[in-house]
Amino acid sequence: MKRLIAASAAVVILANWAHAQEVKVGVSLPYTGVAAEIAQQMDRGLELYLKLNADKIKPYKITLIKRDTKDPAGANAKLALQELLTQDNADIVTGWVYSPNAIAIAPIVTAGKKLAIIMNAGTAHITNLSPYYVRVSFSMWHAGFAMGEAAAKILKAKTAAVGYTDFPPGKDSLNAFKRGFEANGGKVIDEIPMGGAGAVPDFTPFFQRVKDQKPDVFFVFIPSGDHAAAVAKTYGALNMRQANIRLIGPGDVTVDNKLQDMGAAAVGIITMHHYNADLDNPENKRFVAAWKKEYGADTTPDFTSVGAYDGMAAIVHVVQTLKGKIVTDKAIDALKGWKFSSPRGPIMIDPVTRDIVMNEYLSEVATGPDGKLHQKVIGTIVNVKDPCKELKIGPCASN
Amino acid sequence: MIFGIDVASMVLGGLAAGMVLFIVSVGLSVTMGLMGFVNLAHGAFAMLGGYIVVLAMKSWGIGFVPALAVGFILTAAVSIILERLLYSRLYKAAELDQVLFTIGLVFIFISAVTLIVGPENQPLFIPDALRGQLNLGILHYRTYSIFLIVVGVTIVLGLWLGFERTRFGAQIRAAVDNRRMTESLGINIDRLFTITFAFGSGMAALGGGLGAEFLGLDPQYPLKYLVFFLIVVAVGGPGRVFGAFYAAALIGVLDFALKKYLPQGGTLFIYVLTILLLLWRPQGLFGKSA
Repeated sequence: MKRLIAASAAVVILANWAHAQEVKVGVSLPYTGVAAEIAQQMDRGLELYLKLNADKIKPYKITLIKRDTKDPAGANAKLALQELLTQDNADIVTGWVYSPNAIAIAPIVTAGKKLAIIMNAGTAHITNLSPYYVRVSFSMWHAGFAMGEAAAKILKAKTAAVGYTDFPPGKDSLNAFKRGFEANGGKVIDEIPMGGAGAVPDFTPFFQRVKDQKPDVFFVFIPSGDHAAAVAKTYGALNMRQANIRLIGPGDVTVDNKLQDMGAAAVGIITMHHYNADLDNPENKRFVAAWKKEYGADTTPDFTSVGAYDGMAAIVHVVQTLKGKIVTDKAIDALKGWKFSSPRGPIMIDPVTRDIVMNEYLSEVATGPDGKLHQKVIGTIVNVKDPCKELKIGPCASN
Repeated sequence: MIFGIDVASMVLGGLAAGMVLFIVSVGLSVTMGLMGFVNLAHGAFAMLGGYIVVLAMKSWGIGFVPALAVGFILTAAVSIILERLLYSRLYKAAELDQVLFTIGLVFIFISAVTLIVGPENQPLFIPDALRGQLNLGILHYRTYSIFLIVVGVTIVLGLWLGFERTRFGAQIRAAVDNRRMTESLGINIDRLFTITFAFGSGMAALGGGLGAEFLGLDPQYPLKYLVFFLIVVAVGGPGRVFGAFYAAALIGVLDFALKKYLPQGGTLFIYVLTILLLLWRPQGLFGKSA
């Protein structure tokens, strides 16, 4: 009898131990549709982290369950998350390229009570929509606000026109830039919505309008990817630089994996961003080298890849801290104040807002000695918190 | 003078965008008018052509213009196979069957391209001679836009000559107007269909290659721009070459003007205009009334 009890106890302990070994992570990315390429960049980023850090994960096992969110309309993202939570019993959920999706699923995240790590979606107030959101990517205000300040102070611009893709992060970026620029003596003379995120428009009419107005700088926000190459091409084809209109924006405008497609038109574009593949720090050198070895010399990571890479680092940190048994509240506590040496430089999760704190780099596109386009850092602002929440603007105030 | 330059740059920009629409849509218009076939997969042929152009330039190192010719020929060849194997079985089918079949074909194209080439956008590198700005006397304008307008006008004139001055063109016109009568005169309608279909698909491929500079090129292409292609056909009237030309030019210029002067509502305007126009003339601006 005693032996039987001991044996069953052992079985129960073993079963628990085996259960604790595996952590299921639900990944929601748009694997098909317009943003399929961004999903590929992010998928490669998170897989690369797991591959390079296999020994850091032991003795636990991370199982990825990937779901396709397809488009920015919200409905597919909701369905994917419901399946991940109710059918696959995911312990942690992550992903989300599009802000509208992260906004749409917030009530489900709250109801599901699982840690949800945002790897991209950048509309500032998203982290306020659920107490289970932790963001490792960025807020539109990080780059937008800092670029506004820099445009007035460093580039000495007096007037600016703003062109933006007409969806939540676009408006966010516009407001962030405007606030930073006008607080420092600049004036935004035109605000131009340039179509939706679903398809790349012909930018010529919008850019022609700006050219006629002759602002000192033209701040453009578009989703990274296909939009970016079209922006640089149109800017070049309309001879806007020769008209002394400087193209500036967040790093989406010069996203690394589109940079070489832009050609000479991109030289001189100035961006504010938290990452570019040319950043000179040891983590980034290692990261870019490992990426090229894994995915090919003509591929490059970009800021979306780094968001996914760092997101996976956060998940591994949680798994290690909680010893493989994921309890949501403890998982969130484990991430509050978490610090990591990311390829983008040192990062931290703000314990109050659950949003990221990181450096912002002012960069200029230049032709390197290898004849290719590179981004040269011309200024760094360290440890930037999301200004939208710092200044308590609109929906960012309700935390 | 300033106002004149403003209007001129607007017209040129709009015409250039319109010419891309025209070159892609004219094949759709003719097949719809001729065969009464609703080919929603037309944009997929444009995409196929665009990919062939870009990949031929990249892997074989051939120039832009020869690549366009290769794109035209290969796409036309592929379309002949599809027409003989699949399309021809559905000519007499109900419209819903045709729509389901062709939209299914679009999804197959999208998945196939994603699988073979990848989900990323394919950059087109146009020759240096077509980059930058061209001095037109009173104003400087984007060289590639001027090039597109010249190509578009040349094509419409060529098509007009072909339709009005050749025996084959006369046969197509006859078939568009009265198919049964044409058939009873001993004209081989099947052959006519195949050749026209292949030619229309080749034109779409040309448009896909020429337009890649503006519209980009990725697996979602056939769905992204389908609405615009259909608007051109609906406004111009199915089967009308000049109808498609004028409609595309009109849509291009109006769209450009409204995006430039009223960007807040500009992207919506084109749809409102189409609805109003079709309420007024359901057969399209240049279509014959039913």
